[in-house]
Amino acid sequence: MFDWNWAFTWEILPRLIHATGNTLIAAGAGYAIALVLGLILALAQRSQYRALTFLVREFVEFIRSTPLLLQIFFVFYVGPQFGIRLSPWASGMIAIGLHYSCYLSEVYRGGIESVPRGQWEAATALNMTMLQTYRRVVIPQAIPSALAGMGNYLVGIFKDTPMLSVIGVAELIHTANAIGSENYRFLEPYTMVGLIFLAISLPAAGLIRVFESYVRRKLGM
Amino acid sequence: MTIFEFVGQYWPRLLSGTGVTVTQFLAATALGIAISLAMGLLRLSHSMMLRGFAVTYIEIFRGTSLLVQLYWIFFVLPLFGITVEKFTAGYMAVGMNIGAYGAELVRGGILAVPKGQWEAALAINMSAAKRMWRIILPQALVNMLPPWGNLMIELLKGTALVSLISVTDLMFEAKQINGTTFLSAQVFGVALIIYYILARFMLTPFMRWLERFMARKMGRA
Repeated sequence: MFDWNWAFTWEILPRLIHATGNTLIAAGAGYAIALVLGLILALAQRSQYRALTFLVREFVEFIRSTPLLLQIFFVFYVGPQFGIRLSPWASGMIAIGLHYSCYLSEVYRGGIESVPRGQWEAATALNMTMLQTYRRVVIPQAIPSALAGMGNYLVGIFKDTPMLSVIGVAELIHTANAIGSENYRFLEPYTMVGLIFLAISLPAAGLIRVFESYVRRKLGM
Repeated sequence: MTIFEFVGQYWPRLLSGTGVTVTQFLAATALGIAISLAMGLLRLSHSMMLRGFAVTYIEIFRGTSLLVQLYWIFFVLPLFGITVEKFTAGYMAVGMNIGAYGAELVRGGILAVPKGQWEAALAINMSAAKRMWRIILPQALVNMLPPWGNLMIELLKGTALVSLISVTDLMFEAKQINGTTFLSAQVFGVALIIYYILARFMLTPFMRWLERFMARKMGRA
């Protein structure tokens, strides 16, 4: 079909699979950062200090409404201006982790707010500390309603990793670019990259839905 | 160089870049809305083939990255004899990508219209097309406007990617200026602020206004 070269496809497949590994590592590491940082941002927005709440809120809005691509460039190029040299991987992970932590903080916030007020009051009545209230009452109930959003952003971060190619992280698109310009053939590498993305993100979305209903069942909801 | 001197010197290029970004945004929005409507309606069609077509489109565009789609349209389509100019390829990719997400919103919005409305339209002998156009879609539009606000911000952020196929948008100009001056903090900082202003102080208020306007039109406010 359309001059598709199967021999060439098989030849480049190992390189693409290797790059898929890098893509998955980037997505996983970025997501891990986002999960932790997102929780911090969500809790900071619930603090009693108005100034802190306001600042964090504005920060989250700022990051969410500006392009990730620009943020990646910012982190990568601004560091050296002030004498901080970051590798492409490090700056990529910072940028993508930070970007998605803002999205995740909104998911956490929604989850926490979905816990009925009575639960908080009951925890206070039982003389629980703040930490106990969060750990034993609020968070377990917040998780089910947050899971769908968390899953969506896991797939989202995976699909945004190609932007890391612009600072030279050797993920899928970066590799496809390299293969394309070495061989003057773009049809196979770019199409294969598209298919690899589909082959991972579609089952992942399905698995997340299964996992979500499993957790709901486990928590008796 | 302070940020003010910087803006004073480079504002013409930043402004022209912003102009291109806004044009890309508007073109992609028009295309995105058209595709959302078409695919959202096809997704609800009785014909299994039409439904299958819409589902395939939506899954392909939501399952892969915007960057992959952009490269595919720009580098691979010419191999099939369809050469698209970079400006067109840019808003086509962004619009087609957003269209897939929008289609799900259209579908959800239509399904949220109460069943009684369908029945009433049937009772007064409206044709299917007229029922959709005059009764269902206007109400669906009000239902789906709030999530469209978020999608429009995603769209604006998505247009930054067209810089990677050398469309001279704001992101591209920022990259070029950075390449010649190495004033990374200034140039990327200013670009971030411009994107933020576009999203937060123009797009968001406009969508809020549109929500209120539509609600009033529908006699719901």
